[in-house]
Amino acid sequence: MDRIGILALQGAFIEHIKTLRSLGVDAVEVRLPHELENLSGLIIPGGESTTVGKLAITYGLVEPIKEMASGGKPVWGTCAGLIFLARRVQGIEQPLLGVMDLAVARNAFGRQLESFEAEISVPALDAVSQPDERGRPFHAIFIRAPLITAAGDGVSVLSRLDNGGIVAARQGNLLVTAFHPELTSDTRFHRYFLAMIAQGQATP
Amino acid sequence: MGMDKETGTDAVKRGLAQMLKGGVIMDVVTPEHARIAEDAGACAVMALERVPADIRADGGVARMSDPELIVKIMDTVTIPVMAKCRIGHFVEAQILESLGVDYIDESEVLTPADEEHHIEKHGFKVPFVCGCRNLGEALRRIGEGAAMIRTKGEAGTGNVVEAVRHARSVMGNIRRLQHMAPEEMMAAAKEMGAPYELVVETAQLGRLPVVNFAAGGVATPADAALMMQLGVDGVFVGSGIFKAADPPPRAKAIVEAVTHYNDPGILAEISKGLGEAMPGLEMSAIPESELLAQRGW
Repeated sequence: MDRIGILALQGAFIEHIKTLRSLGVDAVEVRLPHELENLSGLIIPGGESTTVGKLAITYGLVEPIKEMASGGKPVWGTCAGLIFLARRVQGIEQPLLGVMDLAVARNAFGRQLESFEAEISVPALDAVSQPDERGRPFHAIFIRAPLITAAGDGVSVLSRLDNGGIVAARQGNLLVTAFHPELTSDTRFHRYFLAMIAQGQATP
Repeated sequence: MGMDKETGTDAVKRGLAQMLKGGVIMDVVTPEHARIAEDAGACAVMALERVPADIRADGGVARMSDPELIVKIMDTVTIPVMAKCRIGHFVEAQILESLGVDYIDESEVLTPADEEHHIEKHGFKVPFVCGCRNLGEALRRIGEGAAMIRTKGEAGTGNVVEAVRHARSVMGNIRRLQHMAPEEMMAAAKEMGAPYELVVETAQLGRLPVVNFAAGGVATPADAALMMQLGVDGVFVGSGIFKAADPPPRAKAIVEAVTHYNDPGILAEISKGLGEAMPGLEMSAIPESELLAQRGW
């Protein structure tokens, strides 16, 4: 059975674990490098990206996660996890994995008062949708959210806001969302990530 | 296609607290403190003029901090910035909201402005965190719109005993609720003085419906890990860092303790050589009238 790790240094990791377990998947907390062994995939959850980055460096997690990502294991970053996976954050020096060809603006919408909920269109989710879910917008919760300001050629955009801002993207085995599917009861993004894992195993 | 963006909803208010879980929120009184806190890995800072230990020592009336100081701290760090208003002082809260702070702490550390009524918090777009000593108090605050709860503990003492008492009271009462028959819920709600719907929701969830941090007396990495093992979601540290002999390493150690709260080997390692903790206060040495946790209800 697939075992998925959730980086549990800080942030909303329990929400991801609960969602995955509700889908019948084995999900475990990861705080130390040896806990990355024998995982089928890794989720880097929302939290404070500066906190997570510092703890990842102190406890030697940066290189093993980079190796996992460049070795083809599926990795999904939500919000702070998106920032952590990106190659570049505008205007701020902070520790990054830098494995995904993205430029990111932190707190791109403003402070907490600008945090919002919105229905967004994510056509790629149709691949994992039940008949009654097909074409349905995804209810996205953005909390002091980042925005992808530039994406490289290898990146496919999965969703944009009305103004063109990129809020979900995929680069091969890497998935990012600027919002928090783990805070809603809609499990399509988690199923999409599980499908990425299944595809990777089918075509090694 | 027009996209409707909804701001100030319960989901985004409670959601920010969910992102702070497993983290440490540190009291800071200057932009320099704020930078030290951010560098140590704090997930947010509480901007204020005096830490609770100084408020306790100075006496008199403690009020909302100077907006200029709060804004300077907001401009200094990229992590969320919280600020305190007095219990019931909804105009201080309006001012803090207009500054754009990320969270308001309606706090017993400041002198209450209203001894009967807490702020009606649903009407604000900015989220609130409130203190509690027990489950009834926590659910009353959530009923008023608090999007996050913390134990009151006894701020500015460096003594974790009250935070432990309050966390145990909340957790113990939730465990009792979980074993109750449905018809016993209304009596429980009456006894606690808590909204019935929230009592039922808490029993079903087996936890508070919002994120629950520890606060009030945390001074060491071991204190922080103790609160985490008791079941809180994260930790506020007030005087415990900047009243200690050497704040930066202590701040970093407390952050790591909250992440690795279940790993005694790591806790031992990070507790080494941190220098003197803040001087502590024994509860019996504090006159009853000076106990901050008794403020609010």
